[in-house]
Amino acid sequence: MSPLPWSIYISLAGALLALAAGRRSPGAARWTALAAAVAAWAPALLAAARFVPGPGLQTLVDVPWIPSVGVRYHLAADGISLTLLLLTGLAATAGVLFSWNIQERTGEFFALFLILVAGVYGVFLSADALLLFVFYEIAIVPKYFLIAGWGSTNREYAAMKLALYSFAGSAMVLAGLLWAYSVGGGHAFGFADLAEAAATLPRHQQIAVFALVFFGFATLAGIFPLHTWAPTGHVAAPTAASMLLAGVVMKLGAYGCLRVAMPLSPVGFAYWQSTIGWLAVIGIVYAGLVALMQEDLKFVIGYSSVSHMGFVILGLAAANAQAVSGAVLQMFSHGVIAGLLFAVVGRMVYDRTHTRKLSVLRTMPLYRLLPFAAAVFVIAGVASMGLPGFSGFPAELTVLIGTWRASPAWAAVAALGILVAAAFTLRAIQLGFFGTSEKSEPPAQVPHLEPISLPEKAGALLLIGATVLVGLRPDLLLNWINPALQSAIFQSVLKGGAP
Amino acid sequence: MSPIPILSLIVFVPWIGALLLASLPRLGAQACRGVALAFSLSTLGLAADALLSFDRASTGYQFVERHGWIGALNVHYHLGLDGMSMLLVILTGILSPACLLASWRSVREPRFFGLLFLILQGAALGVFLALDFFHWFIFWELSLIPAYFLIRLWGGAGAARAAYQFVIYTIGGSAFLLLGFVAIFAATGSLDFDRLAQMGADGTLGARLAALGGFWPQAVFLGVLLGFAVKVPLYPFHTWLPPAYAEAPTGVSMFLTGVMSKMGVYGFLRLLWPLFPGPLHAAAVPLLWLALGGAVFGAFAAMRQTDLKRMIAYSSVNHLSYCLLALFAVSAATGRPGLTRDASAAALSGTLLQMFNHGLSAAALFYCVGVLEARSGGRRGLGDFGGVRSAAPVFAGLCGIAMFSSLGLPGLNGFIGEFLIFLGVWGLVPWAAALACLGLFATALFLLTFWQRVFHGPRAGAAAGEFPDIGGLDCAVLVPMVALMFVLGVLPQILTGLFNPLVTSWANHLPLP
Repeated sequence: MSPLPWSIYISLAGALLALAAGRRSPGAARWTALAAAVAAWAPALLAAARFVPGPGLQTLVDVPWIPSVGVRYHLAADGISLTLLLLTGLAATAGVLFSWNIQERTGEFFALFLILVAGVYGVFLSADALLLFVFYEIAIVPKYFLIAGWGSTNREYAAMKLALYSFAGSAMVLAGLLWAYSVGGGHAFGFADLAEAAATLPRHQQIAVFALVFFGFATLAGIFPLHTWAPTGHVAAPTAASMLLAGVVMKLGAYGCLRVAMPLSPVGFAYWQSTIGWLAVIGIVYAGLVALMQEDLKFVIGYSSVSHMGFVILGLAAANAQAVSGAVLQMFSHGVIAGLLFAVVGRMVYDRTHTRKLSVLRTMPLYRLLPFAAAVFVIAGVASMGLPGFSGFPAELTVLIGTWRASPAWAAVAALGILVAAAFTLRAIQLGFFGTSEKSEPPAQVPHLEPISLPEKAGALLLIGATVLVGLRPDLLLNWINPALQSAIFQSVLKGGAP
Repeated sequence: MSPIPILSLIVFVPWIGALLLASLPRLGAQACRGVALAFSLSTLGLAADALLSFDRASTGYQFVERHGWIGALNVHYHLGLDGMSMLLVILTGILSPACLLASWRSVREPRFFGLLFLILQGAALGVFLALDFFHWFIFWELSLIPAYFLIRLWGGAGAARAAYQFVIYTIGGSAFLLLGFVAIFAATGSLDFDRLAQMGADGTLGARLAALGGFWPQAVFLGVLLGFAVKVPLYPFHTWLPPAYAEAPTGVSMFLTGVMSKMGVYGFLRLLWPLFPGPLHAAAVPLLWLALGGAVFGAFAAMRQTDLKRMIAYSSVNHLSYCLLALFAVSAATGRPGLTRDASAAALSGTLLQMFNHGLSAAALFYCVGVLEARSGGRRGLGDFGGVRSAAPVFAGLCGIAMFSSLGLPGLNGFIGEFLIFLGVWGLVPWAAALACLGLFATALFLLTFWQRVFHGPRAGAAAGEFPDIGGLDCAVLVPMVALMFVLGVLPQILTGLFNPLVTSWANHLPLP
């Protein structure tokens, strides 16, 4: 386990090196970034190979940081963190591969990208709430610059909206944490210490504290109706940033909900549980219906992310071991699938055709012009529909089983969401890639499109491999996640439903 | 367990073929067709091999392969074969090569077509052989994707809409099916068909689901019912079917009606009935009305069609409704004293035979319409032809036999299945049998209209000019199918021998309500 913290440090060092290499040539910056992304992923892979699943966090580093208030630089991991660390490495590596064509200010782009990655690693490794919060902020700031600097459609608006939502969310989280700490007479920011402090608060205060922390984090996870930053942000962001944003950054919010908010106050959670559950299922169906109406292919994917993240929040709301393990699996699965979808739409299609309008794309038989892109999009779409054989299926199945135990009505509405997901995904596949068949009129002019490059192919195959592997062997991850949920701190909030 | 995992081979050899085609982008068109056909034929060969060591007296699963898979969800890799699966595997084995041959010349990009078709074939076989919900559902859902593209990319002018409708309807049904099994897993902790069937028979499953309270136990039943009802399809969930069958290219229409519609009936027999004997019994009378609706309206709708492909498509709705009619009649009569057992055995045997026979005759009829289309530049209206018999006597003869088989003429394969269904249903629920006769009547009417308008009279329409008779390739498809119609018409015991013990045991231990 010991090499895991190096993921953070390597990413940060990689950011500096990429910046320096960028002054020399864009190519040097690319290779530096790729090397850094892979090197930062390596500790997670190494740790995964020798990981012994068990309840509770396994401490990696623990030194005092701000002793006067009991903040510690405490890094630790369990099966849940490890799952998400692997996802981060995967998404970061694929993201670099899909950014190979960035020409302007390449060094700065990859530097910001790697700082973002470092922040994400940090969040997943933090065992101290305040430390987690610091890393969380480190992840948010580069996002703004990536979108504002390298984005497309409406980028200033989108970047500002995303930043405002994120900061409002973090302000709520910070307020909640400090409330629990100071009013509850806390002495440290470890998750269990904070829960202890919060437990001393009167019930109505616990309810308020929980709401602040949970909904603050859930904003970033795209909970309905605080999701509106997500589609605009995803659409405006450059491809690699969309991949990280939907793939990993939304998971930060969900991870915060699970790791910090839920154990913080089981009383508060019990009060809000049914509200959260209903918001989740409304989000699943509503975002799906909105995706069905979109004209911009990237907006379809953007809203689909909100819909799929609804399953994560639903799993958390159901609050039994089965549902929560499914939620974590869904975090991994959606990270891979959303990454793949954004890669096809943003990099393979948009960078070549310079349009994402379905009404224009349908006049180009893209499956003939870019067969590889079409094939990848079909695979990713099928995975995103939740068809078995891909990672989305075991994840949604596990969430649904757990949810059914908590509330059959939620599960029934969520199943409706699966139908809506099939409808909008199929529509996107049909209009975006298979619009014109040979029999109808040939398109006005068939543009010449450059063939799919090697880095794109490598990135796509990496992500497809991951979704198929987890789709067929979900137990690889579930066997890490389930023991982690047996720890005392999770058991305080999870009720029944042995996995 | 047999030393060679024969069932895995049956499922995966077509997929290996698909992989091979995918990895050989430079293979010539003719070679691609050959590879696809060879891998498609593997099913028949492997099924024949399995048939040699198949124990006809046994009612349990044979050649079982069971391995641990996903511990956290109690999922196993579980394949097994009983008489019903054997029947359907053989049907798939016979029809799949015929479907490929039907699209032999006409189809562009034969490599991609063959690739998708082999995926579809493997998925259908998986549905008939997998015995764990997780494992089974992979095949059930995955079959939609190749089917979608086969309709979308090689279909007619309205193919985009038809393919979309087909997939959305079916996935919609599957979403509720999935929800049903989510509830079953939450209640029992198992997804194994055999285990669940036991729990269904002894009432454990019903009791556990009843603990949910309120409307939910019924909702679980309705969800699973809906999933299969859309797939078969049961009236009024059939509206996706006519456009999909009509727009698909000939070979795919053959496969859709011949094999994929059987997946739904199989689901009714393998899952819905054993798992929910009580709720099915309670709902049997309304369901009988729906099956009657399909049998009667399907036939009358076919009568009103001027597009021959849509006519055959509606006749499929009619024929498949007989299968469900028999099952619902058995369920309705469960527990009633008297001749129930013999009548049930007859009705269920009829259902299984009808599945096979309908697959054979409907596929042959779609093939014949495809022949007409190929010779007339894509026309297939009822009024587009005339006097084809004098232009193409061999074709007319073979097509006529397929029609009469579909009509249920004694001596041909269609008769015995429908006869047993009517015999059984008459003994169980007489009024339903009486009403279903209306469907038989209308079927005779529309098929004879088809025969008369297209084949009789002076040569007219597309048949007025040059209209060559069918050649060697067409004969290679139609002659074996027609020969099989005769053989099975005279010797139905070839098929009934496979599943008689199974049906008898079903009738003897009718899952009690």
